[in-house]
Amino acid sequence: MQRQSASMKRNLFHQDYLDEQFNELEELQDDDNPNFVEEVVNLFFTDSVRLIRNVDLALANEPCDFGRLDDLMHQVKGSSSSIGAKRVKRECSKFQEYCNERNIDGCKRAFQGVKQEYATLKTKLDAYFQVAREAS
Amino acid sequence: MEMAQELHVLAVDDSHVDRKVIERLLKISCCKVTAVESGTRALQYLGLDGEKSSMGIDGLKVNLILTDYSMPGMTGYELLKKIKSSLTVNDAFILVEQESSVLSKIPVVIMSSEKILPRIDRCLEEGAEEFLLKPVKLSDVKRLRDFILRGEGDDNKETEKNIKQVCSRKRKFQDDLATQSMLSAVVTVHDIELSSPESSESQQPLSKQSKIG
Repeated sequence: MQRQSASMKRNLFHQDYLDEQFNELEELQDDDNPNFVEEVVNLFFTDSVRLIRNVDLALANEPCDFGRLDDLMHQVKGSSSSIGAKRVKRECSKFQEYCNERNIDGCKRAFQGVKQEYATLKTKLDAYFQVAREAS
Repeated sequence: MEMAQELHVLAVDDSHVDRKVIERLLKISCCKVTAVESGTRALQYLGLDGEKSSMGIDGLKVNLILTDYSMPGMTGYELLKKIKSSLTVNDAFILVEQESSVLSKIPVVIMSSEKILPRIDRCLEEGAEEFLLKPVKLSDVKRLRDFILRGEGDDNKETEKNIKQVCSRKRKFQDDLATQSMLSAVVTVHDIELSSPESSESQQPLSKQSKIG
C-alpha cells in the first residue's frame, strides 16, 4: 500500500500535477498532525469553488471587468501555488495573460483549462489520499 | 537559567489556505500564532483602531507581524505603514507617543507570491524587516524566528539556544511536557526597552539576506 501511494505521488510529480511545494507540506506532517496535507488540500478545493463561481459570473458580465477577473484568478493561483498544484497554477497564469491583453475569448478558453485541471487534480488527489490513509 | 520564551507571531493573510499553512509553519517552529484575515483585524488585535492597548487584545505581546502583501481592503503595505507610524490619541486628543508606540518597533515581514522589485523596495523603505516570496518555506520561518530571537536582546542568547533545543526535541519526541515547560513569560514593554537600547532602524536589516534578485 505504501509502495502504491509512493508511486502515485511519483506519477503526480512526473506529470506536473504537483510540484515541490507539496513535498514541503508533507514535511509538516507528524504523528500529531497526520492529515495536515489532506486538510489543506480540502480547504483549497472548498475555497476555490467560490472563486471559480465568481469568475464564471464575472466572465458573463458585459462589459468585462478585467481587473476583477485578474484579482479573482490571482487568488486561485496563490492558493494553488501554496499546495503545489502546478498545472492549475499554470492555467491560472495563462488566464491572467489574456486578462492583461483584455482578450475575453482567450480568458474564457483559459478558464476552461483552469476548471479542467482543477477537476482532474481533485480526482487524482482524492485517490492518492485514500491510498495514503490506508497505507498508514 | 532563563525560561525559554515562545515568540508570538501575528499572521495576516486573506487566503484561508495560506493562513493554515503559515500557522503550521510557525507552530512547528515553536511560535505562538494569532492568524487574522485582514489588515483591519490585525489593527484591531494590536489595539490600533482607536482602543488604547499596548498588547494584543488578549494580553499577549506580539514579537513579529507576518503579513501578505495583496489583500482586499488594506494591503500589507498599508498595514505596514500604519504600524510603523503608530501613535495614540489620548483622551485630550493630543498626539503622544505612549506605550503603544512601541508597536512601531515590532518587526514586520511582508509575504507575496509576486517578486516585483519596486514593491519590495517600497516595503523595505517603509521599514519592513524582510520580504518573503510565497510559498513560504519552513526554512524561511526558522530563519525569521532566529533573527527575532537575536533582536530581542543580548542577554537572550540563552533563550535563543533554549528555544532551538526544545523546539527540535519537540519535533523528535513529541513530548507534551516540553510544551508545558515552555509556557512563555510574556515579554513586557520594559524588557524590550531595557534589553535593546538601539532602535529597530539601526539593526542590520535582514533584507540583505532575503530572496531578492
